[in-house]
Amino acid sequence: MMQTKIARNIWLGIENLLLHKLRSFLTMLGVVFGVGSVVAMLSVGEGASKEALEQIRKLGSNNIIISSKKSAEEEATSTQHSHMSIYGLTYEDYHRASESFKDIEHAVPVKLMRKDSRLRERAMELRVVGTTPTWFRLVPRELIAGRRLQQSDLDKQAPVVVLTEHGARKLLATESTIGQTVRIGGSQFRVVGIVKSEGGQAGSIQIPDQEIDAYIPIDVARVYFGDIFTKRTSGGDEREKVELHQMIVQVNNESKVEAVAEGIRRMLEQFHKKEDYKVSIPLALRKQREATKRTFNIVLGSIAGISLLVGGIGIMNIMLASVTERTREIGIRRAIGAKRRQIVYQFLIETVVLSTIGGIIGLGVGALIPLLITYFSGMVTVMTWKGVLLPLLISMTIGILFGLYPAINAAKVDPIVALRHE
Amino acid sequence: MAGAGASSNDREILRLEDACKIYQMGTEQVRALAGISVSFEKGSFWAIMGPSGSGKSTMMNILGCLDRLTSGSYHLAGRDVSQLDDDSLSEFRLRYLGFIFQSFNLIPQLTVQRNIELPLYYLGWEARQSAERARELAEEVGLGDRVGHRPTELSGGQMQRVAIARALANDPQVIFADEPTGNLDSATGEQILELLIKLNEAGKTIIIVTHEASIAKHAQKRLHMLDGLIDRIEGKSDDAD
Repeated sequence: MMQTKIARNIWLGIENLLLHKLRSFLTMLGVVFGVGSVVAMLSVGEGASKEALEQIRKLGSNNIIISSKKSAEEEATSTQHSHMSIYGLTYEDYHRASESFKDIEHAVPVKLMRKDSRLRERAMELRVVGTTPTWFRLVPRELIAGRRLQQSDLDKQAPVVVLTEHGARKLLATESTIGQTVRIGGSQFRVVGIVKSEGGQAGSIQIPDQEIDAYIPIDVARVYFGDIFTKRTSGGDEREKVELHQMIVQVNNESKVEAVAEGIRRMLEQFHKKEDYKVSIPLALRKQREATKRTFNIVLGSIAGISLLVGGIGIMNIMLASVTERTREIGIRRAIGAKRRQIVYQFLIETVVLSTIGGIIGLGVGALIPLLITYFSGMVTVMTWKGVLLPLLISMTIGILFGLYPAINAAKVDPIVALRHE
Repeated sequence: MAGAGASSNDREILRLEDACKIYQMGTEQVRALAGISVSFEKGSFWAIMGPSGSGKSTMMNILGCLDRLTSGSYHLAGRDVSQLDDDSLSEFRLRYLGFIFQSFNLIPQLTVQRNIELPLYYLGWEARQSAERARELAEEVGLGDRVGHRPTELSGGQMQRVAIARALANDPQVIFADEPTGNLDSATGEQILELLIKLNEAGKTIIIVTHEASIAKHAQKRLHMLDGLIDRIEGKSDDAD
């Protein structure tokens, strides 16, 4: 009974709005764009934060990543012919770091090199990661087949390799994977396991693993491939000597991450003449990201809020005009016996219907924008229930808020005067 | 409770006692009603007449519960309504009164049926029942085939019939007609008047405000106003022909 009455009132409101289709549509547009921008902003913001968190999770929030890099001075001279750059972290650094900080739970040395690999007629370039079994603790990835590296592999200097799912598919195709021999660089390696990879193709430095990784014992890497690498560039061969490309350290407590990172930085400073390393902390990165995101959201939110406000004012404007236009109708209704609040109700329903329909259309528009953003820029966007319900609620509230004044104006009309109104 | 010029009895439907309505126009006070006492019986047919400015419109607004007295009292269906608030007056209009206007006052965007249903909507009738009643009423005023039309598609006489049907929808005790034939040609006006007479014969109290003697002569009583006072009341018998 109550529902049918409300439905009837809403229907009457819709009928009245349909009398002026263009006007109603134009009025609605304000809300459409307002809600659309709010929805889009929320989903972009939500996506950005989800992406950041995901990245932090992959990096590990207790981890500190120390990478080798060419110092600025080295960078300047390395273009010279037949020059060999010597830079970066050393095995010594690794031992020193893992022994001198009690808050370090695990430390992993990482040696990286690009090598062509081949299994019969199939070939691909792999990023060979010389490391210890601890790598898999710090970069936990699902094991798909076989096993991960073991301490015994290191002890025996066994020529074994753990491939990623991607690499395994490319090299081994449909053949049974474990136990196959793969040629990497000039040497034979036996495949002992396959893990999942969460790194992208391009391999952003932010994420430690890549999908073209091949994990081998670090000592094997050192013995087989040495510490000197030759890069072919347009200016000729460029040679460099790097012992360790990376060191990943896991601290036992999140609150100590920054202190340990500072300690490592100071320690490295002592033993390196040039700054040929970089210490990065995912946790600090996260904090920074969150702060940026918060400002970002506030700015975007305010812009979207302003457009909603403009939409609301548009509605109010039209409803005020509509009240004047329909003064006579109001007089008739009042003479027949409509109470003031029933007149308020009637006009309010119209604005709420208008703003809610606008909100629903805006939701569609707002859902489309993130899709386009994702499609063209690759930015992650996420629609949440909150991101859908909130704008709808806001648009209804706008309808009530901006409809109230015109509706009250309508109810104030004196029926005697209104009936004479032309 | 008997007042000066009017006595209370169970045949009575409306009664004014020493009714005053004063408007403030700038610094000047206008006495639109200057102390009127009159009683209207159930089922009677009145014409209120008088030159413009005589107070007949004010009289109609007061009797129709659209306005309130400055002093004096007004009884409608046995209840003193002169002190009621806006909501209660609306309720009285809704339950006891029906209005017909010179300019018809139909809502242009609503169909004939919807216009007739309007009082029922505010009475809270269900959609199906009120649609049924609206169609019956349209039939009664001879517009059974026009329920889906909009007022703009109708002639003046037809519009006034719709207005009458709407005034009847809530089954009112009293119907007020403010110059109901003023915008119609004489032949159409005659038909509308006949419809009103028929309603009166069916028991409705009818009060017409008019300045046309040809209309007024059909009323049982003619109340002539002048300067906010009752000039004279003529009965049908006085109308010698």
